[in-house]
Amino acid sequence: MEKWPNNKAWFLVLPAFIIVAFSGIIPLMTVVNYSIQDIFGPGEAVFVGTEWFKEMLGNHRLHDALWRQFMFSGLVLLIEIPLGILIALAMPKRGWGVSASLVILALPLVIPWNVIGTIWIIFTRPDIGLFGVGINSLDLLEVPFDHTAKPIYAWITLLAMEVWHWTPLVALLAYAGLRAIPEAYFQAAKIDGASAWATFLYIQLPKMRGVLTIAVLLRWMDSFLIYAEPFALTGGGPGNTTTFLSIYLVKLATMQFDLGPAAAFSLIYFLIVLLFSFAFYQALLNVGRGEKA
Amino acid sequence: MKIQKRTIALCVYFGVLILPIYWMLNMSLRTNADILGYFALYPKDPTFANYIKIFTDPTWYTAYINAMIYVGMNTVMSLAFALPAAYAFSRYKFIGDGQMFFWLLTNRMAPPAVFLLPYLQLYSTINLMDTHMAVALAHCLFNVPLAIWILEGFMSGIPKEIDETAFIDGYSFPRFFITIFIPLIRAGVGVTAFFCFMFSWVELLFARTLTITEAKPIVATMTRTISATGLDWGLLAAAGVLTIVPGGLVIWFVRNHLAKGFALGRV
Amino acid sequence: MARIELNEIAHSYHPNPADESDYALKRIQYVWEDGGAYALLGPSGCGKTTLLNIISGLLIPTRGKVLYDGIDVTGLPPEKRNIAQVFQFPVLYDTMSVFNNLAFPLRNRGVESGEVDRRVREVADILDLTPYLNKRAEGLAADAKQKISLGRGLVRSDVAAILFDEPLTVIDPHLKWNLRRKLKDIHEQLKLTFIYVTHDQVEALTFADKVVVMYEGEIVQIGSPQDLFDNPEHTFVGYFIGSPGMNFLDCTLEGNVARCNGARIPLDDGVAAKGRNAQGKIELGIRPIHLQVSSVAVDGGVPANVKMVEDQGSYRLVNLTLDGKTLRARVPESEPIPEDQAWLVFPLEWTRLFADGRLIK
Repeated sequence: MEKWPNNKAWFLVLPAFIIVAFSGIIPLMTVVNYSIQDIFGPGEAVFVGTEWFKEMLGNHRLHDALWRQFMFSGLVLLIEIPLGILIALAMPKRGWGVSASLVILALPLVIPWNVIGTIWIIFTRPDIGLFGVGINSLDLLEVPFDHTAKPIYAWITLLAMEVWHWTPLVALLAYAGLRAIPEAYFQAAKIDGASAWATFLYIQLPKMRGVLTIAVLLRWMDSFLIYAEPFALTGGGPGNTTTFLSIYLVKLATMQFDLGPAAAFSLIYFLIVLLFSFAFYQALLNVGRGEKA
Repeated sequence: MKIQKRTIALCVYFGVLILPIYWMLNMSLRTNADILGYFALYPKDPTFANYIKIFTDPTWYTAYINAMIYVGMNTVMSLAFALPAAYAFSRYKFIGDGQMFFWLLTNRMAPPAVFLLPYLQLYSTINLMDTHMAVALAHCLFNVPLAIWILEGFMSGIPKEIDETAFIDGYSFPRFFITIFIPLIRAGVGVTAFFCFMFSWVELLFARTLTITEAKPIVATMTRTISATGLDWGLLAAAGVLTIVPGGLVIWFVRNHLAKGFALGRV
Repeated sequence: MARIELNEIAHSYHPNPADESDYALKRIQYVWEDGGAYALLGPSGCGKTTLLNIISGLLIPTRGKVLYDGIDVTGLPPEKRNIAQVFQFPVLYDTMSVFNNLAFPLRNRGVESGEVDRRVREVADILDLTPYLNKRAEGLAADAKQKISLGRGLVRSDVAAILFDEPLTVIDPHLKWNLRRKLKDIHEQLKLTFIYVTHDQVEALTFADKVVVMYEGEIVQIGSPQDLFDNPEHTFVGYFIGSPGMNFLDCTLEGNVARCNGARIPLDDGVAAKGRNAQGKIELGIRPIHLQVSSVAVDGGVPANVKMVEDQGSYRLVNLTLDGKTLRARVPESEPIPEDQAWLVFPLEWTRLFADGRLIK
C-alpha cells in the first residue's frame, strides 16, 4: 500500500513516543549515568569513565552467566521451534477441536511467570510433586531426583518448565501461519505428486517464514531476559549453576548494591540482546531470498 | 491411520500441558498437613479451606484487586496511546518513521532487570512509588510497542480508500477514527487488548519492585510467601490457581481471534 | 490422454444428506471426449468448482463413478489420475526457481534428470518462459506465474487432461486476451483435453468448442457457443448467455396465442400445441436481437411503449414496456426508433416457450 507522505503524522506518534520514552529513555539515561560514576551516597559521586565496563567485561562470573545464558537460549530455540511446528501440524483444522486446542495451548501463556515457577516446584518436588515422586519411585537415578540436588537436575527442570511454558506460543504462531495458506497450494501439491515431506519443505515452511521469524525473535528475547521462573524455582542455584544474566544482575544491583558495575553490566546486556535480535531478524528476512534472483 | 497417530500424539502433549496445572489444583484442594502427610493423585478429602482463607484475608484478596486495577489501567493506556501511533505507521510516510518503529520495538527487547534501579529512583522522585499508576506506567514500556506492532498489522489490512471517502464526506479526523475506523478493526483491538492484558498480568519484576504495600499485587504477595519458612503449599497452590482464572476467562472470550491476531503482526 | 466419463455423479458437503437441497451437485451424467476444449460455465455457487474437484480427484463424490478411458478412478487420489489443474490464483513453490517449479512434478515421479531437463525446456519454450528459467518464481508477474502453473501440468508426458479453475481472475484485462490465445494455441498443438471453469461467458465462448452450462448443481445445457445462443434449453441459459440476456414473459396459452397480461402474442402452431400440453409455469422467451420494433402498426404486432434507448455504438438497446413488463430489443444503428408508441413483432421461429424453466420441445 502506497503511504501518504505527511510529517504531521508525528503528532499521532508523539503521545506513544512520550510514554515509552518516559519508561524507556529516562531510566536508560540514569543507567548510563550510573555506569560512568562511582556512587558512595546521595550527592557523592566520582566520575570513573569506562572503568566499570572494563571491570565487568573481565568479570568471570559475568562470563559464566553469559555462557550459561547462551546455552539456555540456544537449547530453548532448538527444542521449542521444531516442537511448536510439529504441534501446529498435528492440530485439527476445523470443528470444535480447534477452539479446544487453542484454549489449552494459550493457558500456560496467561499464568504469571512466578506462578509458573510455583507450579513446577509443586510438580517436581521429591516429597509432594507428581513428577518428583514418580521418577524416584522408578529408582533409576543414582542420586534421587530433586531439582536443587544436582546442577543437571536443576537444568532439566528449568528447561522442561521453559519448554512447557513457551512452546505453546510457538505452536500458536505456527498454527496461525499454517491456517493462512490457501487450500489450493495443498491441492496443487497433491496433483504434482509431492510427498508429505516435500509439501512441508516447499509449501508450509516457506509460507510460515513470517510467523516463525516472530517466534524465533520473541523466544530469543524472552528466554535471554528470563528472570521470574528460575528465580522462583531455583533462585539461581544450586551454587550458581542456574544464575542467568538477569538473576546475576538483580543480585548485583539489589543485594550487593554495586550500582556502577550493575549499570555497566545492564548496558552490555542490552546491547547483546539488541545485536542478536537484529542479526536474527536480518538472517530470517533474507533466508532463501536472493538466491538466483 | 496416520491422522489417528497425530491426534493421539497431540492428546498426549495436551495431557502433559495440563498435568502440572492439574497437580496444583489437586494441592489447592488439600490442607497443608494433608499434603505433607501422604502422597495422593487426587484429593481424597477435598476442602476449600485454602480458598476461603484467601477470600477472607485482606492481604490476599486486596492483592488480587490491586493486580486487576493496574492491569486494567495498563490495557486501557496501551490501547489509547498505541491506536493513533499505529494509524500513523500504517498510513503515513514521515521523517524517521522506520527508525521510530525499530526504536519502539527495541524497548520490547530491553531486559527489565536493566531498568529496575532507575525505576525505583524515578518513581520515588515523582511520588508514584507504591501506586497502581506506577506499575501501569512501567508496563507501558513493553506493551505500547507490542500494541503498535499488532494494531499496525490489522490497520494495514483496511484499504486506504475508506479513509479518503470519509474525509471527502467531511468527517473530521477524530470523528472518523472513533466512529468508523476503530469499529472496522475491532477484532484487532480485541486481540491487542488480550496481549496487553496477558503481558501485564504475568509480569513480576516491575510489579514487585514498584509496590510496597498499597498496590502490592498477587504475584508479589506469593513470592513473599515462598521465602517464608514453614511454607503452606495448599495456600500457595490455591493462590496460584486463582491467578490462572482471569487469564483463562480472557482466553475463552478471544479464542476465535487468537490465531488470526498472531498471524497479522508485521514482520 | 483420456476420455473422462461421469457416471451418475452427485455430491453433498453434508455428511448425511437428507433431501435434494443438501446436494451441491445433483445427478451429473456426462462424457468429456478426448482432446476436447470444454468450458464449464455458471454463476458462483452453481457447483462447477465442485464438479472440477471431483474430476481431478480432490473430492470423492457422494454417489456415482468417475471413469477415465473406462477405468473406474473414483477412489483414486489426484496424483494417480494423470490430470493437472490450474487454480484461480497462481500456486507456485515460492522458494524454487522457475525451472525447479516446472521440474517438481517430474522429480516427484522419479523421472531421470536428463529427461526432466529436456521436458522442462520444451514446455518453457512453448510457454515463452525460457528467459525466466533461472529466476525465482516469486518475483514474476501474475500471467507468467499462471503460465508456470500450467507448465507444471504440461511437463508430464502422461497428462490426460488439464483443468482450469477460473485461471484468468487475477490477470490484468489487457493480458487476459493474450493468455487465452496462448491456451488455445497450446490446445491445438498438444490436443489435450482442457476443461475450463469460468463464470465469464466471453471467456467460455471464445475458449471452448463445447460449453457446459451449470445451474444450481445441474448441467442445464451442453452445446457449442452458437447453440447456446440460438437454442437455449433452459431459461437460465437464455438469461446467462448473451448481453443482455433473453426477454421472458409469464403467459397463458389460448389457442395459438400467448396471453401475457393484456398482450396477445401469436405463436407457431407446433410450439403452441406442445405448450398447451405442458405442465407448470409457462414463460415466453425471445432474444433482444430477434425482437423487431416498428413505429407503425403491423400485422401481428403488439403495442408497447418506448422507455429508454441506450446507444451501444454499433447498435442500440431499446427498453420497452408491455403491460408493465420491461422488454429489451437490440436495434441496428441504421434503423429508426419510434418516439413513444411502438409495435413489437415476435418472429415465430425465434419465440420460445418454457415450462418451469425448461424449453418445451
